[in-house]
Amino acid sequence: MKRRDFLKNTIVAIAGASVPLSALEFIDPQEVLAANPDIHWAFLINTHTCVGCGFCVKACKTENDIPFEANVSRTWVERYVFTKDDRRYIDSPKAALYGFTDSKVDLGEHLGFKDIEPENVGKAFFVPKLCNHCEAPACTQVCPVGATYKTDDGIVLIDRSWCIGCGYCVMACPFGARFFHPVHNVVDKCTFCYHRITKDLETACVNACPFGARKMCNIRDINDPITKIILNDRVGVLKDEFGTKPQAFYIGLATEVR
Amino acid sequence: MKSHVWRPLYVVIAIIAGLLLFREFYVPDTFGSGEYGFMYSYHNLENQEVWKNQPLKYQDTGKQKMHEYCGECHGDVVDIRTEDLHGIIPCENCHGPALEHPDEPELLVVNRERGVCLRCHTLLPYTTSERKRIPGINPNEHNVDEACVDCHDPHNPRLEDM
Repeated sequence: MKRRDFLKNTIVAIAGASVPLSALEFIDPQEVLAANPDIHWAFLINTHTCVGCGFCVKACKTENDIPFEANVSRTWVERYVFTKDDRRYIDSPKAALYGFTDSKVDLGEHLGFKDIEPENVGKAFFVPKLCNHCEAPACTQVCPVGATYKTDDGIVLIDRSWCIGCGYCVMACPFGARFFHPVHNVVDKCTFCYHRITKDLETACVNACPFGARKMCNIRDINDPITKIILNDRVGVLKDEFGTKPQAFYIGLATEVR
Repeated sequence: MKSHVWRPLYVVIAIIAGLLLFREFYVPDTFGSGEYGFMYSYHNLENQEVWKNQPLKYQDTGKQKMHEYCGECHGDVVDIRTEDLHGIIPCENCHGPALEHPDEPELLVVNRERGVCLRCHTLLPYTTSERKRIPGINPNEHNVDEACVDCHDPHNPRLEDM
């Protein structure tokens, strides 16, 4: 082969290889329509109105049979306290099951509690958290037995009879939403109360919130008032950089919240 | 190729074929994937029904419905509440899930502990949070060892009506 031919062939080969496969795919309008079903559930959390009462955690644990004494929860509320001497304290005692009934911040098992002077508090707020039911969930992708999956209406569920408890999904979830159920001994997590939303009821936590900090909507229905807020207001998601496309949207999200 | 290459290769091929055969019989026919494809949603399609059929515990008494369910029988109490203040709190937050009430259970247990009130009424010095609007007390100083409901009416918490 001559040098000229070699260079020519190389250029052609590189040009050919750089055309992405998707560019050669023809879009079938029926496929696009099928990929756009009528229901896709999304969650909206307003961190401005949350007062940290923890009624949502209590309702969730009751509705979904998660033992109160076990230190695991499908949803939890975090408290963020920023002091004027530029320190940050974050805690969620017992997942806020009994609310925040002490101004002392729980530092962890061996560190005890930190008493913060009221005049030293710069800003403080509460952030409710739960499974984000991501559009591209890392947890269902790593499951080796097909026990966790995404339904067509956008909910990530776990098949309790197929889960082998390997814990890959617990590690894969960037949000720490998964845990081992102490009674069933398989992985468990928020289901957006699938048994309630499929019967046109609100989830247990949305139902329990007195302040309207938690809302749910069908994000495909553009006439839904909550969908309008997500579309028109300035909302954010947690850990966008992981690329899992979370479906829980937050109003008033601070950069310190992860 | 020489036989020392083929022999272990046969073993590997046999193992793979065996696994595929096992998989064919072991995985139920109900397995499949939905719109999200094999990567995100390969599962037993029947399991979705299992989750849909979980029992309901809480009835619909949330902020949007404003205690419709309870108001049918307990209308007088609900009327006091829906005016303002505690009217925003769903009945089941304090009274527990209604389940099949009034059939089963016939009576709901009322939680009279201080903890229920302290969820919102513990004084936390957070002026930037919505918590600042809620009157708070220090639970270690305010009538320790006494139940809140001995003095305050949780359905009508206005201090002038006490």
